Amino acid sequence: MSAVEIRDLTVWFGDGDERTDAVKSATMVVEEGESFGLVGESGSGKSTVLRAITGLVPTWEGTIRVMGQPLGRRRDRTFYKTVQMVFQDPYASLHPRMTVDAVLSEVLGLHGFRDVDARIDKLLRDVGLGPGFRFRYPHQLSGGQRQRVAIARALAPEPRILLLDEPTSALDVSVQAEILNLLTDLRAEHKLTYIMVSHDLGVVGHMCGRVAVMQHGEIVEELGVTDMREMRTRHPYTKHLLESALRSVR
Amino acid sequence: MSNLLDVENLWVKFPTRSGIFDAVRGISFSLGKERLGIVGESGSGKSMTGRAILRLIRPPGRIEADRLTMTGTDVLKASEKQMRALRGHHASMIMQDPKFSLNPVMTVGQQITEALRTHEKVSMKEARNRALEMLDAVAIREPTRVFNLYPHEVSGGMGQRIMIAMMLIPDPEILIADEPTSALDVSVQLQVLEIMDRLVAERGMGLIFISHDLNLVSNFCDRILIMYAGRIVEVCEAGKLHEARHPYTIGLLNSVPNLESPRDRLEVLKRDPAWREAPSVSALL
Repeated sequence: MSAVEIRDLTVWFGDGDERTDAVKSATMVVEEGESFGLVGESGSGKSTVLRAITGLVPTWEGTIRVMGQPLGRRRDRTFYKTVQMVFQDPYASLHPRMTVDAVLSEVLGLHGFRDVDARIDKLLRDVGLGPGFRFRYPHQLSGGQRQRVAIARALAPEPRILLLDEPTSALDVSVQAEILNLLTDLRAEHKLTYIMVSHDLGVVGHMCGRVAVMQHGEIVEELGVTDMREMRTRHPYTKHLLESALRSVR
Repeated sequence: MSNLLDVENLWVKFPTRSGIFDAVRGISFSLGKERLGIVGESGSGKSMTGRAILRLIRPPGRIEADRLTMTGTDVLKASEKQMRALRGHHASMIMQDPKFSLNPVMTVGQQITEALRTHEKVSMKEARNRALEMLDAVAIREPTRVFNLYPHEVSGGMGQRIMIAMMLIPDPEILIADEPTSALDVSVQLQVLEIMDRLVAERGMGLIFISHDLNLVSNFCDRILIMYAGRIVEVCEAGKLHEARHPYTIGLLNSVPNLESPRDRLEVLKRDPAWREAPSVSALL
């Protein structure tokens, strides 16, 4: 059974003459336990795919299946127990007036967990923060620590699938390395499936096994990471992306 | 050859409730007609160094230095009026995000001509022609159309090229670029940097390129200063980056995931408290 299966997904914004299709009949299948990457420049629709899966954009058509279950207009609690998302900017995605403890207890409460206290302790330990961080507010944390809290929040309902929307692009390279290592460990430990959006091919190449390349709302190519490394691409746009990535590394 | 910029023992201090916080702690460097990179993590003082050079630190922040001279002028003693003449004409600065640094209620053309007419007595017509030439130089395809647009009508990459045009039109001798491409997409990053690089080379300017991305900087600079906790920990020639010896520099280099040489785990920086206390390395020429 595939973890996420998307067929002919079209997402649009605006109506009538104003309508723009952000994603145009995209199809992709992500197997359970896989780490799948979505790359492309801004405006290519890669984040919109994730937002359509989580139900943050109502205007979509096509089929989305999660763990075999087709999704409708509304998402129920079992969906959010299976799928969680980590957002790009940890400075914007945490409520400034809620402590780490409040953020995590709210999520745990919503999902009906009883042993909230013990779970918060474990979650914080899982993401490499000590219990000393439990009663802090976001402004008392660094960018990397905030992203760890955001990851702990996403892990709280014990999901099977994590959607990662540019999880490290707001962070320093040295902090990025810590967060990427953390995500690698968590995937192995909890047997998670990742769908990761990034504009950084180095990051995607490090984290993912398979990659879909998006341009102007369409998936133009899907390829394995080894093919990507050896520049075995069919589409000229993928080639262009790879070339600029390889050049900026050297 | 005289240097464009000489900085000796520069400190930037901010008073806080718990005492004085030193953002930059006694660094010395000079800039010739070269491309100088300043690299470090957030909080290392690299942006504060860039701002201090143009005296852009607002009170209660304080700048202190034994010497801070730019093309012969003492920046610390100059009046506000002299500073305004200095900024733009001698040195100008490209900020990180064009969304926040272009004036949203002025057209692109008005902003570029204003930058020129502040420093040079030219007619409106000539200013317009020079602005159009400049837009063309930064590879904007339809300069006359873009001239009349407002900043929200252009993309991020175009916005940053407009910034470059605006900063270069008064013909400064020093260009300070503070993370000029970190708000842009990878595919346009290189293009913007190449334009900047070409113009800096053609005009024989000095460039200070501030970034957290060591690999990127090594492509576009001749000499690199690596900053940690307000001090310079290492000075390196860009081509000899692989010979870097400070553990912090090596750590930064190894923490970037590389498409061509995959690893199971990324190297994580182990910070040594001794790095903070080690004296600043001089980068004077």
